Amino acid sequence: MSSQLISSGPEWTFELIQEYDRELARLADRFRLETYPNQIEIISSEQMMDAYASTGMPLMYNHWSFGKHFLHTQQNYQRGRMGLAYEIVINSNPCIAYLMEENTMTMQALVLAHASYGHNSFFKGNYLFQTWTDAESIIDYLLFAKHYIAECEEKYGIEAVEEILDACHALMNQGVNRYKRPRPLSAEQEQARQEERAEYIQRTLNDIWTTIPKVEKDEQEQEERFPEDPEENLLYFLEKNAPLLETWQRELLRIARKIAQYYYPQKQTQVMNEGWACFWHYHLLHELYNEGKVSDGFMLEFLHSHSSVIYQPPFDSPQYSGINPYTLGFNMFMDIRRICENPTDEDREWFGDIAGSDWLDTVHFAMKNFKDESFILQFLSPKVMRDLRLFSILDDESRSYLEVDSIHDETGYKAVRESLAAQYNLGNREPNIQVYNVNVRGDRMLTLRHYQHQGRPLGKETDELLKHIHRIWQFDVEIESFENGAVTQSWQCSGNKKQK
Amino acid sequence: MSIIIDRRLNGKNKSTVNRQRFLERYKKHIKKAVSDAVNKRSITDVVSGSEVTIPRKDLSEPLFRHGQGGRYKQVHPGNKEFVSGDRIKRPSGGGGSGSGKGKAGNSGEGMDEFSFQINHDEFLEHMFDNLELPNLVRKQLEDMTEFKIRQAGYTTAGSPDRLNVVRSLRSAHARRIALSGGDRREIRALKKELREMEVSPDETDQQRVSELRERIKELNGKLKRLPFIDDFDLKYNNMVKVPSPSNKAVMFCVMDVSGSMTQDIKDMAKRFFILLYLFLQRNYKEIEVVFIRHHTAAKEVDEDDFFYSRETGGTIVSSALEMTRDVINKRYSPADWNIYVAQASDGDNWEGDSSVCTKILTEQIMQKVQYYCYVEITDRAHQNLWREYQSVAEKFKDHFAMQQIKSPSDIYPVFRKLFEKKENA
Repeated sequence: MSSQLISSGPEWTFELIQEYDRELARLADRFRLETYPNQIEIISSEQMMDAYASTGMPLMYNHWSFGKHFLHTQQNYQRGRMGLAYEIVINSNPCIAYLMEENTMTMQALVLAHASYGHNSFFKGNYLFQTWTDAESIIDYLLFAKHYIAECEEKYGIEAVEEILDACHALMNQGVNRYKRPRPLSAEQEQARQEERAEYIQRTLNDIWTTIPKVEKDEQEQEERFPEDPEENLLYFLEKNAPLLETWQRELLRIARKIAQYYYPQKQTQVMNEGWACFWHYHLLHELYNEGKVSDGFMLEFLHSHSSVIYQPPFDSPQYSGINPYTLGFNMFMDIRRICENPTDEDREWFGDIAGSDWLDTVHFAMKNFKDESFILQFLSPKVMRDLRLFSILDDESRSYLEVDSIHDETGYKAVRESLAAQYNLGNREPNIQVYNVNVRGDRMLTLRHYQHQGRPLGKETDELLKHIHRIWQFDVEIESFENGAVTQSWQCSGNKKQK
Repeated sequence: MSIIIDRRLNGKNKSTVNRQRFLERYKKHIKKAVSDAVNKRSITDVVSGSEVTIPRKDLSEPLFRHGQGGRYKQVHPGNKEFVSGDRIKRPSGGGGSGSGKGKAGNSGEGMDEFSFQINHDEFLEHMFDNLELPNLVRKQLEDMTEFKIRQAGYTTAGSPDRLNVVRSLRSAHARRIALSGGDRREIRALKKELREMEVSPDETDQQRVSELRERIKELNGKLKRLPFIDDFDLKYNNMVKVPSPSNKAVMFCVMDVSGSMTQDIKDMAKRFFILLYLFLQRNYKEIEVVFIRHHTAAKEVDEDDFFYSRETGGTIVSSALEMTRDVINKRYSPADWNIYVAQASDGDNWEGDSSVCTKILTEQIMQKVQYYCYVEITDRAHQNLWREYQSVAEKFKDHFAMQQIKSPSDIYPVFRKLFEKKENA
């Protein structure tokens, strides 16, 4: 029996990693996990902190904020306040996974299964990643960005570049297209637009309009709002329309926008992505154990790490900092499998379509076609809610108390599920801010609108952000917070103020 | 097939550049905050040393976020006893922990505690960065007038009153042990042999016995001749005279309070004095401050009167200089005190008086002071006092400095310029 073991000691070697990788690849294939080719890189803890600091990317342009993150991580690490992640994995083709040299053999195998097969197959399979990101070209693009920014620093000075990048970083969350995949306009569309414009001019030049009394001019001006439709992608709008930017500054905006777009799916699939990866490292390593390829000691160490990764502290624990996406995701995928294999009456009532179906088909389907919000809405079962003892709290400003809105019971399942799903809806999580108008004829004031969601105002940093926008727009900027069609709060930033 | 790459050896310190950029920013911000504070804050604030918060404005990475308020639901795990409809007291410190909670541990969310404060000491540290009191080193090393006697180990020679008895006896004891050890051992051996011969039943070899006795006697005699204490056992306390730098300083604040000095000008002068005071405070244990204000006549006053009382009249600067001279002669001997004089004025002086000032300065004051600085707070053309002082400055290049201050923001740079670190020539 022991002759079959892949490894026995805690030390890893390159040969052993290769051996594990081969075995895992074989098993992954059996479970129909489609992956990009893997590129596994062994790095030291310091390099891991480097990677942390630059948002996990193997190459990134230089910016002070990455240094700040690095120091922060380093301080916490050195004071023992946090451990480093065991791995970082990058959505690229080939899929790059970093393993830390400090890990034991068991940890390396765990990380391989988790990152190189779990995350990797998610990157390749999930519809959001397929639609929004380009795994083929991201590394090339980052390389281009790094060179371009370094060149700009040389030409225009670090300070000038940083000023723009600071503003870009601040606006990154507002720098993505949420509803359409950005692609170059085709010549056909371009022509259609042109014609539309021409027709519009034709109409407004119509003599009839000139006879209209001047009083109505206001109304007309309102109609001529620019942009015609509110624009949600602030960085895009600024890149295309900021009046005084130089070409290189526009290019910086574009780079920030592209990178933000690349991260956009990751933010929306955290629970699923981590859950999927945990689900598969759990299964793959158990499969190895069943085949007698790893020892009991290996499994004990693995289970120890695994259970600490998916530990969910209860809400009243001092360690509690929100729902652990690993726990939630792992439990949900495990539960999908359970529903498929051993459905109870409850499951049949709730999940009639998947109860008793082939589990592998079902988890693949779930992985491919959902994001966190819809995944939870679709698959969070009463059993998981009971296991995690989930309850929903309503925080209403107008009341002096918090109310337990619903809990994990018959009447509350649906409500808890809905509010948990809403919690993962990026649209709710981030304020909805759109470019509303530019005073084209007058002082070129840029007006942004914030549409409040359930009466939630903007945070304290709004003034700072306005300054950043002003730095790019270079004319007056204002933001109006809208609730039920009325402005409840507004901020302004004008150039004169800045000079004082 | 997967590729495995060992990256441990390359790409180290990849974020060094980023780190350096960040630290640079950080330093710049402290410096800026400090000089802002010196220029803008009221003096009592600076002195009391309340903490200075570095605005984290440019160090923070703001994002559009939801503020507190409104209506929102949040799901938590680990319910124990709640049922729906329960009401809970809103936890203090903001019930709205934000919907961003779910992403904890992911990226750098919630890292804004990077804002930091510097305390009074650090504040001053940065304020006096690169500054050195003029001629301070020289005063310490050359002009030493005060000495302290300090114990510095032991010597083998000295006067009898410094004899250290314990050390001497210890040394004598050691010497005796060292010199007599061999002989004592031999005596012990001989005595043992003798005793054995005496108690043995055999015929005692009388000749051997007397031989032994002889030898023992000889050795005992030798031991007796060993002196109990010898000359070179004597140890004396070694006292050395160490030059002790004069750690007392006196600062003369001389200010014109005549009618031409407006409150604005006085405010600026005030700031200049306070800077000097803070600076001296760091370098001397004991500082006395003498406030002398003058219009046509000089008067020594306390701090409150100096800064806040109002006087009017003409201006005769020499009156203040005479007073300074008299106070120095009476109370502050240059041998014991480091004397600093700071004079602030708007440059007005009675026409005939300026030459008198020069004379008093060059003949009676400059020799006694460490440093004399004169600031002229005016945005007009220089007055006659300035021109007179220029000749003084030429004569006492190392000890005399003069500067013009036009606006509050000039104070700090001027101060720095006045006390710029002097290279040790």
